[in-house]
Amino acid sequence: MATATVTRQPLFSRPRSSHKGVWSWITTVDHKRIGVLYGFTAFAFFLIGGFEALLIRAQLARPNGHVLNANQYDQVFTMHGLTMIFLVVMPLSAAFFNYLIPLMIGARDVAFPRLNAFSYWVFLFGGLFLYSSFLLGGAPNGGWFGYAPLSVQKVTGSVPFAHNMDYYAIGLIILGIASTVSAVNLVVTIINMRAPGMSFFRMPVFIWMALVVQLLLVFALPIVTIALFLLLFDRILGTSFYIASNGGDPVLWQHLFWLFGHPEVYILVLPAMGIVSEILPTFSRKPLFGYPVVVLSGIAIGFMGFGVWAHHMFATGLGPVANSAFAVSTMFIAVPTGVKIFNWLATMWGGRLRFDPPMLFAIGFVTMFVIGGLSGVTHALVPHDYQQTDTYYVVAHFHYVLFGGAIFGLFGGIYYWWPKIYGRKLSGKLGKWHFWLMLIGFNVTFGPFHILGLQGMPRRIYTYAPGMGWDFWNMVSTVGSFMIAGSILVFIYNAWHSRKYGEIAGNDPWDARTIEWMTSSPPPEHNFDQIPVVHALDDFWHKKYVEDKGGKLVPVPAGGENGHSEQAPEHEAGEHGGGHGIHLPSPSYMPILAAVGLPLIGYGLIYGFYISIVGGLILLGGLYGWAFEPGTE
Amino acid sequence: MERRKLGRLVRPAIILSLVFLGTACAAHAPQDYLKNLAGSEARKANNLFVPVFWIAAFVFFFVEGLIVFAAVKFRDRAGREEPKQIHGNSALELTWTAIPALILAVVAVPTVLTIFSVAAKPGPNQVKIHVVGHQWWWEYQYLGTTPEVITANELVLPVNKPAYFTLDSVDVIHSFWVPKLAGKQDVVPGRTNTLEFTPFETGEYYGQCTEYCSLSHANMRLRVIVKTQADYDAWLREQQAPAAQPTTTEAQQGQQMFMSNICITCHTIAGTQAQGQLGPNLTHFASRGTFAGSMFDNMPGNVDRWIHETSLLKPGVIMPRFGCGQTNEPPYASMKCISDSDILAVVAYLESLK
Repeated sequence: MATATVTRQPLFSRPRSSHKGVWSWITTVDHKRIGVLYGFTAFAFFLIGGFEALLIRAQLARPNGHVLNANQYDQVFTMHGLTMIFLVVMPLSAAFFNYLIPLMIGARDVAFPRLNAFSYWVFLFGGLFLYSSFLLGGAPNGGWFGYAPLSVQKVTGSVPFAHNMDYYAIGLIILGIASTVSAVNLVVTIINMRAPGMSFFRMPVFIWMALVVQLLLVFALPIVTIALFLLLFDRILGTSFYIASNGGDPVLWQHLFWLFGHPEVYILVLPAMGIVSEILPTFSRKPLFGYPVVVLSGIAIGFMGFGVWAHHMFATGLGPVANSAFAVSTMFIAVPTGVKIFNWLATMWGGRLRFDPPMLFAIGFVTMFVIGGLSGVTHALVPHDYQQTDTYYVVAHFHYVLFGGAIFGLFGGIYYWWPKIYGRKLSGKLGKWHFWLMLIGFNVTFGPFHILGLQGMPRRIYTYAPGMGWDFWNMVSTVGSFMIAGSILVFIYNAWHSRKYGEIAGNDPWDARTIEWMTSSPPPEHNFDQIPVVHALDDFWHKKYVEDKGGKLVPVPAGGENGHSEQAPEHEAGEHGGGHGIHLPSPSYMPILAAVGLPLIGYGLIYGFYISIVGGLILLGGLYGWAFEPGTE
Repeated sequence: MERRKLGRLVRPAIILSLVFLGTACAAHAPQDYLKNLAGSEARKANNLFVPVFWIAAFVFFFVEGLIVFAAVKFRDRAGREEPKQIHGNSALELTWTAIPALILAVVAVPTVLTIFSVAAKPGPNQVKIHVVGHQWWWEYQYLGTTPEVITANELVLPVNKPAYFTLDSVDVIHSFWVPKLAGKQDVVPGRTNTLEFTPFETGEYYGQCTEYCSLSHANMRLRVIVKTQADYDAWLREQQAPAAQPTTTEAQQGQQMFMSNICITCHTIAGTQAQGQLGPNLTHFASRGTFAGSMFDNMPGNVDRWIHETSLLKPGVIMPRFGCGQTNEPPYASMKCISDSDILAVVAYLESLK
């Protein structure tokens, strides 16, 4: 890189580009490295959230369990939910978005690289802020849904919980900032930075789903942010937005929370649907069946997701008219979801299916998601939902959607794109062990929840009496949860093992369809030596194969497979291969510096305003430096 | 060879899962809401659920069957040709959009009808009860009775007579649920929700709070005891009588202890100076089968242990631990304990409050 001698040091200088050492990671603005950071951080939180799940299962394995006391249990189940939603599934999806969006649309980076780094650091510090509560007097204990007025209570019964839910409100506000910033960034990237020729309807389905998810985030997060601010006002300033005795309304919280909370469900599961829509065609060696319908149903789900929130509140007492309206809207959101399932099935139909781990996890996603979808339809039977709601039947449902769905899909994505990221494949054999152990463990854990729920076991109870008929299935479920833990250990070993012994992948290990497989594995910092020109959906595939008149697949003869047959006009690219002369943004200290300010402001709201002032100054300093640091190193 | 090995595994797996299912169905589950339903609204809900369950089961086997079939039939084998490239089929896609939409439209009709059918309506000839949720116990006020009957955790109802509930909470949101009789209804502070159902069979039914309400949410349980009309009338008369005067010397000593301690700041015993409102009304404490949010059977040993250890048994409760040798947190840190024999006397007094 350029090393011009500097005669006068500017006020803010940018760190040198480098590829090694901790500092290179701290100052990176490369979307791929940020994606990797997101992935590892989310996986670390996945292990923590999983450990909390094991604690829950250990406590509930038998009636009158003594592994945790009530206070500990409440904190653990609250943090399990918050962790898995905000610190695992969302950032793991963000890892894929960050790493893949520029590669799949043929861009060199996201639209705002420093903002991208800022999102990651804010997410990390938000997560650490939330977890610091365990050391500072107690973690949030009001459930991930934080229903007021319990979430406003500072003394519960005889027990003071001074700050537990302050951490909840402030932590989620900080994490919301990370997601909002990232969402804006990625929307701009997808809309503006597609390679020449990549029209909207030539975008991979994964990119479509990414776009829908980012738009959902942009519209849904402000709602919960407002709700959290009102909660914080009630807690810190003594207002009464949610306090009925002073003229407020606890149901206001529920409306605001679920108006965010239901789109959130699709924020969690649409990325996995996008991943599955890439994996199934590749491993079936057929195009996605009905691409426009899959895309449009994804968009429809996004829209309808804003019209079903009150199905979380059927027992709240909204009255029969509102409950009927939301019952009907909830039933009909199953239609676009069902369409996707059938289109995936039709994609497999008649294909030549290879059962490498990505395909196994993708099929696992589809089969488990069907179960979650069907139990979801039964929730829309409102009079019976009065029975099911807040029982383990609901816990079964959303674990089939969010674990059987989102987590299986995300693991499929990990196996699928791992060779692109590291240049080596994960072991297929270990991957199969991982899959089958996880699939069986998952069903042994969460299948019994259906029965427990129908037998009347409520959610969020730290204990139950013997003689309720719940002993057996709770024990089975606990056994299953440890099988899942075992499967995760297999995955970790696989990842570790692959560093040295993984099969060298090459550019295109799966004979895949989309343009990220045209570049090297791992991709160079500038992604593509020359930006590809896109002529079709699944452009890379069409460079390798053509269809004859009967729809039969015919390989393109010589030179087709390396993907270099056609390139962008010369002025788009560097002089020749290797990426010399391609301008890339320099690393920067400012994103992490600005991000550090946010949790400090948060601590200040709890422990005294002087900390907030320090945090605010750091944030301002970071933004100031951001604005005035030189454009290149 | 492979296949035979698989077959040898499949049969025990099927038998094992049948055994599991058998165990599940045989288990006595007093909060199960699929079987032995005894209330009008619970039966209506179940009548809606059962047909949809079978539709869902059919869809489940159909779709999962197709997926497994496709996975086996179209797996890559030696000699398998490259597949025909099919990009879509509008007619097919329209079909699998329309059919689920049609099924759901059919399901939506009885759903909406049942929603309106189970909506609570006040009317004549109902037992009217005001339910108040507290962290972590239930209070029942029998409206229209003079003197008003107020009881806790155990709800007594006459059989075959509609019961109409108004529900409110003094602290956080709770949810009132007796699965064998009716679906749950949230109890939201500042908002009077309603619930109506008719119990069809006498007996004792289990329920519990189902909206998370912190520490002892799991211990906020309840019972509904459905009696014949004659038994119910007799019960109501007993409840309206003033509190029984203790007859044994031990019980009299217990009464004295009760009245001279902080018990009376929270509990009411009608006809005495105990008029507290924070805790359950104890006027006819001994007539109840359970206590402390229906956590414990109402037996002298249990009550004795409760007064000693209280929040060790039920986390978070505001009642202090009276037993000597127990330490209390503020605001009770400096409170004087009560000797074991005095506690026994209090227990004797409470157990005399028939």
